[in-house]
Amino acid sequence: MTVLEQRGGYRPAPPPAWQPRMDPAPLLPDAEPYRVLGTEAAGKADPDLLRRLYAQLVRGRRYNAQATALTKQGRLAVYPSTTGQEACEVAAAMALEERDWLFPSYRDTLAVVARGVDPVEALTLLRGDWHTGYDPHEHRVAPLSTPLATQLPHAVGLAHAARLKGDDVVALAMIGDGGTSEGDFHEALNFAAVWQAPVVFLVQNNGFAISVPLAKQTAAPSLAHKAVGYGMPGRLVDGNDAAAMYEVIGDAVRHARAGGGPTLIEAVTYRIDAHTNADDATRYRGDGEVDAWRDHDPVQLLERELTERGLLDESGIEAAREDAEAMAADLRARMNRDAELNPMDLFDHVYAETTAQLREQRALLRAELEAEHDDQGDLDDQEGDLR
Amino acid sequence: MTTVAVKPATMAQALTRALRDAMAADPTVHVMGEDVGTLGGVFRVTDGLAKEFGEDRCTDTPLAEAGILGAAVGMAMYGLRPVVEMQFDAFAYPAFEQLVSHVSRMRNRTRGKMPLPITVRIPYGGGIGGVEHHSDSSEAYYMATPGLHVVTPATIADAYGMLREAIASDDPVVFLEPKRLYWSKDSWNPEHPTEVEPIGRAVVRRTGRSATLITYGPSVPVCLEAAEAAQAEGWDLEVVDLRSLVPFDDETVCASVRRTGRAVVVHESTGFGGPGGEIAARVTERCFHHLEAPVLRVAGFDIPYPPPMLERHHLPGVDRILDAVARLQWEAES
Ligand SMILES: Cc1ncc(C[n+]2csc(CCOP(=O)(O)OP(=O)(O)O)c2C)c(N)n1
Repeated sequence: MTVLEQRGGYRPAPPPAWQPRMDPAPLLPDAEPYRVLGTEAAGKADPDLLRRLYAQLVRGRRYNAQATALTKQGRLAVYPSTTGQEACEVAAAMALEERDWLFPSYRDTLAVVARGVDPVEALTLLRGDWHTGYDPHEHRVAPLSTPLATQLPHAVGLAHAARLKGDDVVALAMIGDGGTSEGDFHEALNFAAVWQAPVVFLVQNNGFAISVPLAKQTAAPSLAHKAVGYGMPGRLVDGNDAAAMYEVIGDAVRHARAGGGPTLIEAVTYRIDAHTNADDATRYRGDGEVDAWRDHDPVQLLERELTERGLLDESGIEAAREDAEAMAADLRARMNRDAELNPMDLFDHVYAETTAQLREQRALLRAELEAEHDDQGDLDDQEGDLR
Repeated sequence: MTTVAVKPATMAQALTRALRDAMAADPTVHVMGEDVGTLGGVFRVTDGLAKEFGEDRCTDTPLAEAGILGAAVGMAMYGLRPVVEMQFDAFAYPAFEQLVSHVSRMRNRTRGKMPLPITVRIPYGGGIGGVEHHSDSSEAYYMATPGLHVVTPATIADAYGMLREAIASDDPVVFLEPKRLYWSKDSWNPEHPTEVEPIGRAVVRRTGRSATLITYGPSVPVCLEAAEAAQAEGWDLEVVDLRSLVPFDDETVCASVRRTGRAVVVHESTGFGGPGGEIAARVTERCFHHLEAPVLRVAGFDIPYPPPMLERHHLPGVDRILDAVARLQWEAES
């Protein structure tokens, strides 16, 4: 039998009555963001987990403050703060198993640190000494991605590859609300759904893409609704509720690991600081809006829940603060040391084996630097560096 | 020729003025891009336009470069003159498909029936301490695409005049803005005429007899500085600012090289496969008998753009240019 015969010849079969591939109802997000803190569900949460989340939130808040201070001292070229978004960052890291992968955007340094990457290495990109300061394989964290949405297809590919290999690895990819407009976001979601890849997409809807508010970004009822069109569940969650974030991400990760395919999570949160230290947020938003969100602060929300339930007292709060303070002091001390840079590194790792062309350019730079050092009479100190 | 009525203080302000004047003069001119409205663009080049002309004419788009440029194609098909802003050099890449597959060739595909008067403004180049993806020089990609004009101003007067001309052009123009000159007041030389040459013409920024530095955009002030420094060593350098990479002004460039007999091409994008190779080849083909030495290139290294703390080693500076000039004392090896 030829292929054509198998398919019944040239004549196409009459079209079957159209029917949806699946019932979209279970895929639709809740109308309201899912919350745990302040609800009955909080009573069922593991107190130990809540305390661990709290400690991480306090650290995260301190980390944001410290990194912002470092920009003012000129120690960081730029810092996109996640103050107000710590619950999303921390939950993203904590809900993953060690073997899972995190695909962060340029804003997600905190998630990267919470995942275990050394805080100084996580800041290398933003400090300006190299593009990626850590080994992605060590903690299974992809490089921070500056072009928006471009890391999402990578997450899909990695998760797909892991499954082809028989590993039960999940990839979690993070993106902002603005980034959901990029073509790569849509292509990644579609691939993930078609391949049933074990991926979790986490959108941090913090209200703005630089100056552009969500209403100018999308006309969808919510960003979580976008999932349905691709054939995956969409989940809407309060991004300032660390317990809800941990639960929803954890559910999606387990669902993906069990072969259930991808999930799109929209965390509704708010960017308290400007886009970066270089941005002037007063140009596009009023203080009133920011103040309203300060009353829904992720650290306060959890602290209130824990103290009201008697799971945390003054000494516990103090302990968390001291721990965060120690982390900040260490970060400060290490970031205040000048980065040790060797200009000759520019030519390393462009290719697996360097080319004659690059060797020539390397020699040129080396000669220039030697001449420079000769002028300054300090060649002896530096010679070792010039390999 | 275009005349600048009031002298703006910086290149960024000159660009704003050009946009505003173009929008006032022609109701079909529409500005769009990410953050161009309320914020006035991350470099404030579109500052005040949304207020003055309304959000329909200066539009904050969704965050999607392919969508922005693709929509501009449709708008131009319907008679508008879109001026789109790409926020940074490397963020124009998602729009590359639209640029290469449609914008550049619509006139040709339709036998002239459907020209696309689109201006794509792209802040480009390094030297401002930007982190990864904020410092690319992508002009070679655009130059390699037939159907696009590729221009880049280096002075305040050119920023104004060339942007007005680009917007008025019936062809698509990739308008590369050297972001490290945005706030520079040095690039405004009161000696320079406020009337600018049309796009397609190169300009001799400094006359000299012993060699020609051929350059454009962010490297123009560097070459002028090098020319000053070279005087001490007895070199009288001419500096040609190309202004327009496509079309290319062979006439001005070759006239200069024939006078001086020596040439160095200077730019900060990578040397291999970069604009300098094309320029050196053209000059060699046309001026071979006038050349006393091979045409040399001083360019960025052939590496991904480095992190801010190392970029000074990558960017061609005065010393690297002077070294090349010294090598022009070329004698044939026996
Ligand atoms: C492809 C691409 N286009 C433009 C930019 C410039 N840019 C950097 S951040 C940003 C806004 C991002 O907003 P959102 O996705 O909501 O994330 P947030 O910054 O709020 O975390 C823009 C436009 C970029 N990095 N990549």
